[in-house]
Amino acid sequence: MATVWYCLVALMIAGYVILDGFDLGAGILHFSVGRTESQRRRVIRSIGPVWDGNEVWLLAGGGTLYFAFPNLYAQSFSGFYLPLMMVLWLLIVRGIAIEFRNHLEDNLWRPFFDALFMLASALLAIFYGAALGNVVRGVPLDASGSFFLPLWTDFQPSGKAGILDWYTVLVGLLAFVTLTVHGALWIALKNEDLLQHRARIIAKWVWGAVALLTAAVTLATFRVQPLVLHNLTTYLWGWVFPDLALAGLIATLVFILRGDDLKAFLSSCAFIAGMLTSAVFGIYPYVLPSNTDPRLGLTIANTQTSSYGLSVALVWFIPGMLLVLAYSVFIYRHFAGKVRLEEDGY
Amino acid sequence: MDSVLALHRFHFAFTITFHYLFAQLTMGLALLIFVLKSIAMKTGDDRYHHAARFWIKIFAITFAVGVVTGIPMEFQFGTNWSRFSRYAGGVIGQTLAMEGVFAFFLESSFLGLLIYGENRLSRKLHWLTSLVLLVGTWLSGFFIVATDAWMQHPVAYAPGRDGVVLSSFWGLILNPWTFWMYLHNMLGTVVTASFVMASAGAFYLLAQKQEEYGRIFVRTGVIAAAIASVLMLFPTGDRQGVMVTRYQPVTLAAMEGLFESVNGAPIAMLGQPDMEKQKLDNPLLVPRALSFLTYQEWAAHVKGLNAFPPADRPDNIPLLYYSYHIMVGLGTLFIAVMLVSLWLMRRGSIYECRPWLWVLMLSLPFPFIANTAGWMTAELGRQPWLVYGLMRTAAGPSMQVSSGNTLFTLLGFMGMYTLLAILFLFLTRREFEHGPEPEFESTEPLSGGAGRGPRGASAPLS
Repeated sequence: MATVWYCLVALMIAGYVILDGFDLGAGILHFSVGRTESQRRRVIRSIGPVWDGNEVWLLAGGGTLYFAFPNLYAQSFSGFYLPLMMVLWLLIVRGIAIEFRNHLEDNLWRPFFDALFMLASALLAIFYGAALGNVVRGVPLDASGSFFLPLWTDFQPSGKAGILDWYTVLVGLLAFVTLTVHGALWIALKNEDLLQHRARIIAKWVWGAVALLTAAVTLATFRVQPLVLHNLTTYLWGWVFPDLALAGLIATLVFILRGDDLKAFLSSCAFIAGMLTSAVFGIYPYVLPSNTDPRLGLTIANTQTSSYGLSVALVWFIPGMLLVLAYSVFIYRHFAGKVRLEEDGY
Repeated sequence: MDSVLALHRFHFAFTITFHYLFAQLTMGLALLIFVLKSIAMKTGDDRYHHAARFWIKIFAITFAVGVVTGIPMEFQFGTNWSRFSRYAGGVIGQTLAMEGVFAFFLESSFLGLLIYGENRLSRKLHWLTSLVLLVGTWLSGFFIVATDAWMQHPVAYAPGRDGVVLSSFWGLILNPWTFWMYLHNMLGTVVTASFVMASAGAFYLLAQKQEEYGRIFVRTGVIAAAIASVLMLFPTGDRQGVMVTRYQPVTLAAMEGLFESVNGAPIAMLGQPDMEKQKLDNPLLVPRALSFLTYQEWAAHVKGLNAFPPADRPDNIPLLYYSYHIMVGLGTLFIAVMLVSLWLMRRGSIYECRPWLWVLMLSLPFPFIANTAGWMTAELGRQPWLVYGLMRTAAGPSMQVSSGNTLFTLLGFMGMYTLLAILFLFLTRREFEHGPEPEFESTEPLSGGAGRGPRGASAPLS
């Protein structure tokens, strides 16, 4: 039962990264793609009606993690205290920038919020990647299950682990370029003419960086966290996850070159899902490994709540999420098609 | 008090108080927007559509601030209160996760449709969207109140590996504490939103602009506020008082400033708790009233603070006492103001009665104060417990987060929220300046140039 919830939490997080990922990517590209005011408005409008709903995946995922693995929530959130607070501040800045920029037509107001929007989106992408890096690498857990990590170290591969060290920053950069491509494909999908053209070019060139960094991160991960390779060689069916990522990565380029934005975007979704599930599969049955003594790692078993709590929650969670999916499809269909500014409600 | 603990407490108190200023307005406004849309649907009066559109704009700005300040709340359970989360996460995590799945998705998905969709949806669907938003925001309130109610009155739990775990799902959802607290709380949000609406209406009437809408706002606001204010006192406030009397008698004594047990206890209308001498200074007492209100007997015995060991008494009795008295005092004033307003409205003179319009306009901040004071009463009254009777607040905060780190992030939130407050006031002031009056229909191009009428009926849904 706990493994079921492990998968569900992973699904929620993957859903969040795929959905809010294109919002972040659009934010990163806000200035590179949108060079005039009306182009930037189009970029914002591409995500405007949906970004808030996408962000909820983070909250719902967090809530799910909280009740299913309360001990993990408690130890990891308090251990990652400062970086999480920074993520919160960035989320505040990003949300406010999107929502407030259009309220005032002003030559100072809009560029100000545009810059905040770009900056917050870029930093969030890097922070999320670094967070994943930290979880995969593991943290110095003590016997009581808590830990403290310095915010940064000397960035030497042989140096001490930090929240930002050579490995986690590398993963952060991969997240940054991955979401850049992801966002570019969304912008291409939602826009026409110049905007679409620019977004496709960016997607094509940044894809190269994604491929390179993916290779680098994969090799680094095998070195930093031997468990990943161990799991992959023990359970051969687990190759389906990295295979999905690889297929998604290649398909993304193929469809970019063919100019099929929708398929390229979906391939990018598959790549992200593949990478995240590979990571989750790679560290199973740990939820937060220890990088000092493997026996101290937090596992599914020592962080889960009671099996009654887990099974009763399934009864509301599954219909609840099906309902969410149903009306999300309705909303996305409603706002489907290319962005047209004239229809702007306000 | 230990300084790390004090910082964690203030960290949470500050961020939740700020957040709830916005959340209470959105929850209340969701109901009033639905009411305005329903009147518009029923009467076909376009002014109500314009009025609703205006409040949707205010709602959107408020909601944005409410959302970004709400996310830190969920995080803080883990970051600042990890020992509490570890202990009770298996229970309260259920309601928090349900809030995400059932309420947050609904609110944030359909808000976009409510804002951007009016030109694309049929009027009926747009009306339905406002109903969905109402359900979403009120469900959100339910799950949060259910979470807090469990901390006030823990039920449906069993001992587990790291603390307590859930033993009965329906027991948690149907916690008797939740029911009255939820109703009381939601009525509080309606009081806030309807006072804001009436206050805005009074502003337009006093400023002599867009007076047609001024009258709609005053009328809608006054009727809603009158109903909600009365229901806040009775039955919801009264029933909550009964529960506090029964399950948290020491809290009752502290709220009322009753230092010594007595038969036929009085109610202190005014007075300042003197903790050094353990008495109430300058009291203005209504004899025997407390005994009657709590036990329906004039001579009933009410336990004072001296009946409880000092370690089990709330740790900030003066603040608790003042919060409670401010809440009750303002609540009583709200009823008085709104009954007079109803009477003036019946006479038809309220829209011209400038002194009274001034009263309505200036009443704007008080419901926010009353709601905040109400929550402070509940949360200070729960002290020294984090989970009543099970876990003390001192046992809750994260061990590995130092006071310096906590202060750092607290200062960060204070700075950021100050800027948010300035931005919010600036933007809402502009909306109020602009008002609900649509300038010219032609400046708002409609899809397909279909003109007015049931727009979007022909527009494709996809």
